This record gives sequence, C-alpha cells and structure tokens, in this order.
Amino acid sequence: MHKDLLALMRAERSVRVHLGVTMAAAVLAGLLVLVQAELLAGVLSGRFTAAALAVLAAVVGVRALLAWTQGVFAGRTATAVKSALRHRLLLRLRELGPARLTAHRSGELVTLAGRGLDGLDNYLTGYLPSIAVAAVVPVAVLIRLFAADLASAVIVLVTLPLIPVFGALVGMTTKAVTERQFTALSRLGGHFLDVVRGLPTLRAFGRARHQATVIQRVADEHRSATMRTLRVAFLSSLVLELCASLSLALVAVPIGLRLLGGSLDLTTALLVLLLAPEAYLPLRAMGTRFHASMEGVAAADAAFAVLDRSADDETSPDGERPGVAAAPVDGGRPGVAAATVDGGSPGVAAGTAGAPEIRLEHVTVRYPGRDVAALEDVCLTIAPGERVALVGESGGGKSTLLHLILGFVRPSRGRVLIDGTDLRDLDLAGWRARLAFVAQRPHLFSVSVADNIRLGAPSASLDDVRRAAASAHAGFVADLPQGFDTVVGERGANLSAGQRQRVALARAFCRPGTSVLLLDEPTARLDGRSEAAVVAATERLAQDRTAVVVAHRPAMIDLADRVIRLHGGRVVSDTTPGSRLVRQTAPTGPERSGK
Amino acid sequence: MTRPTPSGTAGQDPGVTGPASGGAAGQEAGQVRPMGMRLVWAVLAGAAADLAGLGLIAAAAWLITRAAEQPPLAALSVAIVATRAFATGKGVFRYAERLTGHDVALRAQARTRERLYEALVPPQQPRQGGADLLSRMVDDTEAVQDLLVRCLLPAAAAATAGLAAVVIGLTILPMAALVLVAGLVVAGVLLPAGTAAAARRWSARIAPARAALAGRVADLVHGSADLAAYGADGDALARALAADEALAALERRQARVHAAALAGGTLVQGLTVAGVVLLAQAGGAGSVGTAVLALTSLVAFEPVLPLAAAGERLAGVTAALRRLREVRASTPAVTEPAAPAPRPEPPLTVEVDDLVVRHPVPHGAAPDSRPAANAARGPTAGFAGADTARAAAAGRPAVDGVSLRLTPGKRVAVVGPSGAGKSTLLAALMRLVEPESGAVRVNGVDIRDLAGDDVRAMMTGLTQDPYIFRTSLRDNLRLAGPDADEETLRRAVRDARLEEWVERTGWDAELGEDGRTVSGGQLQRLALARALLYDPPVLLLDEPAEALDEETADRLMSDLLDVTRDRTTLLVTHRLKGLELVDEVIVLDEGRVVQRGRHDELVSVPGYYRDLWESEVLTRR
Repeated sequence: MHKDLLALMRAERSVRVHLGVTMAAAVLAGLLVLVQAELLAGVLSGRFTAAALAVLAAVVGVRALLAWTQGVFAGRTATAVKSALRHRLLLRLRELGPARLTAHRSGELVTLAGRGLDGLDNYLTGYLPSIAVAAVVPVAVLIRLFAADLASAVIVLVTLPLIPVFGALVGMTTKAVTERQFTALSRLGGHFLDVVRGLPTLRAFGRARHQATVIQRVADEHRSATMRTLRVAFLSSLVLELCASLSLALVAVPIGLRLLGGSLDLTTALLVLLLAPEAYLPLRAMGTRFHASMEGVAAADAAFAVLDRSADDETSPDGERPGVAAAPVDGGRPGVAAATVDGGSPGVAAGTAGAPEIRLEHVTVRYPGRDVAALEDVCLTIAPGERVALVGESGGGKSTLLHLILGFVRPSRGRVLIDGTDLRDLDLAGWRARLAFVAQRPHLFSVSVADNIRLGAPSASLDDVRRAAASAHAGFVADLPQGFDTVVGERGANLSAGQRQRVALARAFCRPGTSVLLLDEPTARLDGRSEAAVVAATERLAQDRTAVVVAHRPAMIDLADRVIRLHGGRVVSDTTPGSRLVRQTAPTGPERSGK
Repeated sequence: MTRPTPSGTAGQDPGVTGPASGGAAGQEAGQVRPMGMRLVWAVLAGAAADLAGLGLIAAAAWLITRAAEQPPLAALSVAIVATRAFATGKGVFRYAERLTGHDVALRAQARTRERLYEALVPPQQPRQGGADLLSRMVDDTEAVQDLLVRCLLPAAAAATAGLAAVVIGLTILPMAALVLVAGLVVAGVLLPAGTAAAARRWSARIAPARAALAGRVADLVHGSADLAAYGADGDALARALAADEALAALERRQARVHAAALAGGTLVQGLTVAGVVLLAQAGGAGSVGTAVLALTSLVAFEPVLPLAAAGERLAGVTAALRRLREVRASTPAVTEPAAPAPRPEPPLTVEVDDLVVRHPVPHGAAPDSRPAANAARGPTAGFAGADTARAAAAGRPAVDGVSLRLTPGKRVAVVGPSGAGKSTLLAALMRLVEPESGAVRVNGVDIRDLAGDDVRAMMTGLTQDPYIFRTSLRDNLRLAGPDADEETLRRAVRDARLEEWVERTGWDAELGEDGRTVSGGQLQRLALARALLYDPPVLLLDEPAEALDEETADRLMSDLLDVTRDRTTLLVTHRLKGLELVDEVIVLDEGRVVQRGRHDELVSVPGYYRDLWESEVLTRR
C-alpha cells in the first residue's frame, strides 16, 4: 500500500468517510455470499423448501444494493482523493515558483496534475476495497467451513496461504526483471510519439519513409520485450489460478468419496463446494486489482515526489550568516556613487514608493542538481531610476538575476537588499506589486485581450486597458475581430510573437504604481518593425522607474545608462556607455575568503 | 542479470537514423503472418479456460450430488478425473489465453501505428489541437490493444462459456435453460450496451471539463512567472480548483453508472440462479440435475459479469478508433502525381512563377501544432504557423503572386515582417502546400509533376520547425546524412558554429527529452548543421539566425554567407546585415513582393527595406 497516499487519505475527513463506506459495503457484500451459499445449499439438498428461494432473492437484492453503494462511494473516494492531491500539487507549483518550475519538466507536471492522477482510479476504487474484502471474507469462510466440515476446512486452511506465499515468491523473483523491462518498455513506447512529432523534420531530409521500417522494428522489439515481461508476470496469476482450482478439486473429490461412504450429508457437502471457491476468490481478486493499480501507484509516486521536494529545494542556511556578506561590501564597490549620479532621475527623491535602490551583496545562486552556480558572488548596486541592461551569453545568469529581484529564487549565499531591507524580510506580494515584469516568453491566457492586459490590475477599466495598450504600441488590438474582447488562443496562438510581447508590455503599463521595470529579452525573435515598437514602448515604460532589462539587441541596449555583462554567473564588465567607464568588479581577497 | 539486448540497444538508439537498420526488413516478412490465426488461438484458449471453469463446477456438483445417492464408486471415477483435469486445465488455458491475447494485441497495435504513420508521411493539412493532438493520436493507437484484450477476447470467451452452460441446461431441463439464456443476455448484452451508451454520453460531458482543467493547470505552470509577478496566482489557482471541482462533480455522477451496472449484474446473476432452481424443482429435474443446473448457471455468469466494465471501455475504444480512421482518411495537403516525372539533374534552375498559396482554414481555431518538447523557439506552428494563422484569419492568400528565379549558384534572400508569407513560400518550394495558382518549376519541370520526396531531395534545408529526437547528438545529425563519415559530420558542425557545444556535450549525449539539454540557439545551429550535412542542390534556410544573440547571429550569418558562396540558396531572414553579399533581395509583405533588387539598390530607394536597414544601422554599434 502507498504510505503517502494513506496519510493523505487519513488527513482528509471526507475521504475517510467515503472510503469507510466503500470498504464496509464491499465487506458486507462479501459476507452475504456466505448467506447465499447457505441458502442455496439448503434448497439444493432439499433441507429448505422452495420458499427459501425468496429469502435468497432478498439476499441478492441486498447484495445488489451494497454493490451500488460501493460503486457510488468508491467514485466519491476517488474524486475526493484526486482533488485533494491536485490541490496540494497546485499549491506546491505555486510555492515552487517560476524559477524552480522551469527546472522541472513542465509538460509532465501539467499531465500529472491533470490526466495523470486518473491513474489512481483503479487503485482507489478497485484495489483498496479488495484489500478489505481479502482480509475479512476468507476468514469468515474458514470459520463457517470449520463448523461444517473439519476435513475440508483443513484442506482450505492449508492451501489458502499458498496464494499469498506463491504470489509473494513469484513477485519477488520477478520484480527485478519486470522493473527493468518496464523501463525499457517506456522508452520504446515513447519512440513512436517522438518520431511522429519529428515527422516534418524527417520529411525535410527524405527520411520519413525510411522511418516506417524503423517503427516496425521498434514495435517488434517492444512486443518481444513486453511478452518477455508478461510471460513472467502472468506466471504468478497462473500459479494462483492453479492453486485455487486444484484446491477446489482437492476439496470436492474427498467429499464425494465420503458422501459415498455415508459419513457426510449432502447439505454440508454442497455448502463446502459453494463456499470453498469464495475463500480463494478475494485473494486472487486482490492480486488482479493490484496489477491494475500499478499505474496509479506510479502517478502517486510522481505526485508525492513533487510534493516532497521541499527539503532539498530550500537552500541551506549556512551561507546566510549576515556577517560574512556584509563586511566587504563598501570596500569593493568604487562605482556605487558614480552609478547613483548617472541614474539621477526624478524618481530618486520619491521615497519608498518611488524607484528603489536594489543592491546585491555577494549573491550566489545554485539550482539544485546543478554543479555550476547560476550566479557566483555577485555584488551590484542598482541606483533608483537607473536603467541597466544585462548582456551576455545565454546561460550567463541574466535571467537568474531578474528572478532574484522578483523573489522567484533566493540566494544560496549573500543577500538582496531593497532600499537597505533584505528582500527576505519584505512582504513579497507587496514588493512584487511595485514591479512591472515582462518574461522572455510571456504567457497569454486563453481569455480576452483586455483581461490579459489587466492581469495585474483586475479592477482596471476598459479605458485604462486601452491607454495601456496604446502606450505599449499595441494598436493592432483594435484591428482584431472583436477588438479588446478577442479571446486569445491557447498560449496566445492567434497572435504573432511581437503582438504577444506588446500585450505583455501593456500588462506592465496597466499596473498602477510600479516603480521597477524588469524585462527579459523583450525583442528576441521580433522583426524590425515589431522591435521598434517594443523598444519605443520600453523606453516609455522605463521613465521614472528603475529598469533592469536583459537585452540581446543593440536597440534595447542603447536605452540603458549602464551595461552589465554576465558570464558564467559572474559580472565580467560594468560599463556606462556615455562615459565608456569600465568598472572592474573582480572579486577581491576578503570576498573569496567569505565562502 | 543481463539487460534484454534488443530493447537495450533500442533504448540507446531508438533508430532515428541507423543506416544499419536495413537488416530489419528480413525479420518483417517472418512476423507478418496472418494475425487472424493468432486471434483464433487466443479466443480458443480463453474459451477453453472458461469452459474448464464451468466444467470444474459442473463435474464437482454432479460428483457430490450423485455420490449422495451412493452409487458404486466406478460410477464416479469419470467425474473425479474430470474434476481434476478441469482444475488443471483452467489455470493453464488462462495463462495461454493471456499470453496469446497480449501478443495479438501488441501486433495489432503495431499494425495500427504503422498504418497511422504511413497516413502521416505525406505532408498534412494543419490540424486543430496542437501539440496535444499528436500524443492523443499515439494514445489512440493503444485503443486497439484494449479492444482486443479487454473487450473482444473476454466477450468471445464469455459467449462460449454461456453457450456451454445453456447446452448443459438444455440437456437437463429446456425451460431452465431459457431462464439462463435470458439472464445471460441481460448481463452480457443489455448491461454492456447500456454502460457503453452511458460512457459515450458521459465522456462527451467530461471531456470539456477535463480540457478546461488541463488548460487552467497549464496556465499555472507555463504562466507561473507572469502570475507571480502580477500577484494573480491566487486567482489562477482558484480558477484551477474550480475547474477541478466541476470535473469531480461530473466524475461522481459518472460513477453511478458503474455502480448501477455492478448492482444490476449481481441482481441478474442471483435472480437467474434462483429462477433456475425454482423451475428445476418444479420441473422435476431431480437433485443431481438441479444442483448441476444451479451451479453451472452461477459459474456461467463469472466471465459474463465483467463485460459491463468492458462496455464502458468500449465507448472510449470506438471513439479512439474513429479518430484514427479520420486521420487516415484525411487527404494530404498535396496530391502526388500518378506517374512522377524523372527528377531533374543538377545544376538546377528554380523558377517561381506568379505563385499564389492560400491556406485552407484549419479544422479548428488554433493551428498551433508545435510539439511541446521543442517549444523553445516560440509558438509558430508547423511549417508556416504564423502565416497560416493570420493569413487564414484575414481570408487572403499567404503568398499572393510571387515570382522569382534561382539560377545555379545564385543566392536570394527573402525578407519581410513576420506573417508576410516567407515560410509559406518555402513550404510551397518543398511541396508541402498546394499552390492555388502559378507554378514552381525546376529545370522547366513543374514540381507538381514530380514525386514530393524528389522535390524535397532537391530543395530543402533548415525548416522552421526543427525537431530534436530522443537519441544521441550524432544520430540527430546523421538523419540528414546517414552515410556521412566522421569528417563530414565534423565539418557540418564546424560550419554551423556548433563545435564548442558538441565538444562540451559529447557526440553520444542523449538529446531530446523535453528539449532540456538543447537551448533555442543550439537547436537552431543543430538544424543548420543538418541542412549543411544534407547538402541539397538548392539550399533553403528559414531564419537561420533566429533565437541567437546578436554576436553569435552576426558570426553565424557571415559564416553562412561564406559557406553558401556559389551554392544555390534561398535565405529567409529578418536581419539585413550581410545581405549585400546575396544576388537578390525580395521584400515580401502580406504575401506580395513589395520590393526586389540588390541590397545597395534597395537601400537607395525609400521603402520598407531602407527603413529596416536604417533602424538596424542605427541600433548597431
């Protein structure tokens, strides 16, 4: 049984109740089979009159009712568990935040939280009730058998444990083989999808037809691998089936002989014949259900793996001793004063609500599972109102730096200060309310363009939305079939890259009271005209705000007062284009010893 | 223990290229035996297992009730032997059934996949549903397996067992047999039909709820940065949970169907047995006959009752098979000539003459068919997603009267804003879309008279949707040059400026897997390396510098113009730097040629090109 899943079910009251009813109904129905056998044996042997058949019919009716109850409540259990698990998963996704989400395979997460959990149905509605039945019914059958006929009861008692024992033995010896083969299977199974997805590429290089033979070959391998697995996996069910049916023969033949000798009455004999299979049935049913529920177990494992990752995700507190980071800050930064003067924009004097100063002190960011730090000992002060362009090769740490300011990632060492306050101590929602952020590939939601724009300001009026769109040079919206009410396709499918980018910029304009602009490569993948529009919009948006822009293109870089180049997670150059003053920020001695 | 060799090798090399895979053809002939025979064996084994179960109980019941009449022992010996034989046979036949059944099912699935693949090989019209569509299609092929293993085989076996029970009943008491027939028909035909119909109705209601939930979850995952930054994650979470609740409510109600079928089955079985016993006692079947009748009736239901669940599954299976049939029946985007003309020999001259291409309106609203795994480059769909979406929406041709001439060694660049029809033009050249009017001729031969594969052997290169297969880096390259030696591979990698990355990653590194190991820029360069490796007579390059940072893009473009010197090349780009080296620049806008000429001519006259050039020069340092 799945430990985490059981814990979850115990924690949810409604699940507990539903599951309890399901199991009780299943067990009761199983016990009624005993009554049914009793009645049938009595009627067949002539001990009961035909009137007993009416009682039999009534018992059958109650069993049917119990089956209905079991079905309904099993359905409720399943949906309740799935909802609870989904709820936790989604909360966890939010908690993980964008930066760590990208480290996961996002497509897999979507599938897991959606269809993936449906795999649990078999486990919850089939396997769990079958455990309860298997625990109660065989015992009850045995007790009745002992009361009726000792010899038969002993045979059943001796052979019954063979089922779990053989099941476990076969299972143990085949576990390693089946597990290995299942891994191979899943890879082979994925091959076809891979090829179908890549068909346009294969077609471009004339390999599409050739691939048909490869598909055949892989399918053949897939089949023989599967059959190898199944030959072993079905072996256990063969053993169980043989155990059950041979035991029945073992019981029936001596009974017949004893009837012949006159040492047994027919009612008891028939009862034994009817009851004996019922002792084995629940155990075999449990085995079958178990196999059918494997997929659900895998889904549960995957879900709990996402839920349990909290421990290793949080960065260790070792590096956070403030003394280490604080000491060398001022000594190592001759450029701070100059930067403040450079960026001297009207926003400086505006106090906390105005453009803030952002300061990074010896910040190191490590993502779990990666050897190389995404940012390594970065010291940086961004003055209020300063416009900073982050440049450098992809993977250099530019996006991480933005995510750091957004609070999506936390430093493993060092700290981020906003107007002198550690970001860790700030109210994150309040801080983010001051940010206007446009991601590298902004996500558009499948709602109207207007609602997409008012994402950060749900109460914005249509006029506000129009103004924001105009500021973002998103004039194209008016030309869409339903204007601002046009519903955007799934992930913005009916808009071009440039249009999506401008809708996202309009989002930033629409948010009132922002004082920091954070942009991640807003003009990547845009053609010239779209780029010009986005650059103009960005320039406007950067007014009176502290702006940190990840940039590849010169037009974007030219907007900046200051260009910071990141490479390998370190600041390699920090220039002010106007003065061409290069401020070297190579780590000094004390900083290194601080690690 | 050793790893199973065939699957092991396939795991490392899922055979995207594999020049050595020709040997597989021999194996094929051996395995394409008539599947019908295997199916018959599976059905027979299943029926035998159920019959053995029935025989076991009938023999045991006869044995016991007859023994109670105390006949001589010899009268029982046959029943004793039969009981033991049936007991053994039941297990063995069941094992045989499950093995043969799964074998047949896997073969059937493989056949379905082959047929689906063959249907997909010709260029396709864009379909609704996007990335999900392909995985759904692949999932659908599994339905065949379910159809056989979970529906057809159990039904056949249950029918056999039921028939046998009825025959036994007929020999004892025809009236009782009639009651049994009625019970079996209700449990084995009416109930499954009912569950199948209910499942169809419910899946029609549940599918949209499921899709809504998936969409909301996708918003949470893919839009997490936007949501978090704008403080909208709480609302989005609430919407996802509401979608979950809506789905759960439907599923709870659907569970009632299942529950009712379960209850119905129990009821029918019990009442039938009671009815049979009542009739047998009234009809004077004797205690032996009554016992045998009662117990065979009871056991005859065992294979029949699971059919209700099979009926539920059947609804999904038939829907999947219908979708597959629709895919197979869909007409390809282009018609192949009945008797293709011979492929023209290089040197090739390509003439595009007043070409008009209009995209059919896709079956649905969203033509975004980019597989999620390679979504790194943005959401343009298929070969010409952006063109398709917006041109189709506007009801105008994606390419509207374009003419151009590519003589051997000539290089032509096509520029223009996104959605101008650049990619559609390339798709027409590659014979992936059917032109509405006008023609593309190679050495005077209309490409409509050539086999599509021949056209693409002459004109291909870097397409807009390069895909990284889940295989080694080497094999990912090799698919464009199965016979290329190491040196050729290295040269292609060098020319695509991919060298450093390849050295770092390693030639045998497994790529793909959600595209994690490959960034957008690397993907682009890998695709370029493939194009250079394939070395077609006419090289088509669709935005080769897309998704690269400025410096890399500049270096790549200048190298590219170097490598393609004296090579017939059609280059689609939105970057103008270096275009002074090409022989002709064509400016497309809304599918029409708005300007054409050499770079220096175009910058000297007012227009889109000069505007773009000036803004590019201005922004360049």
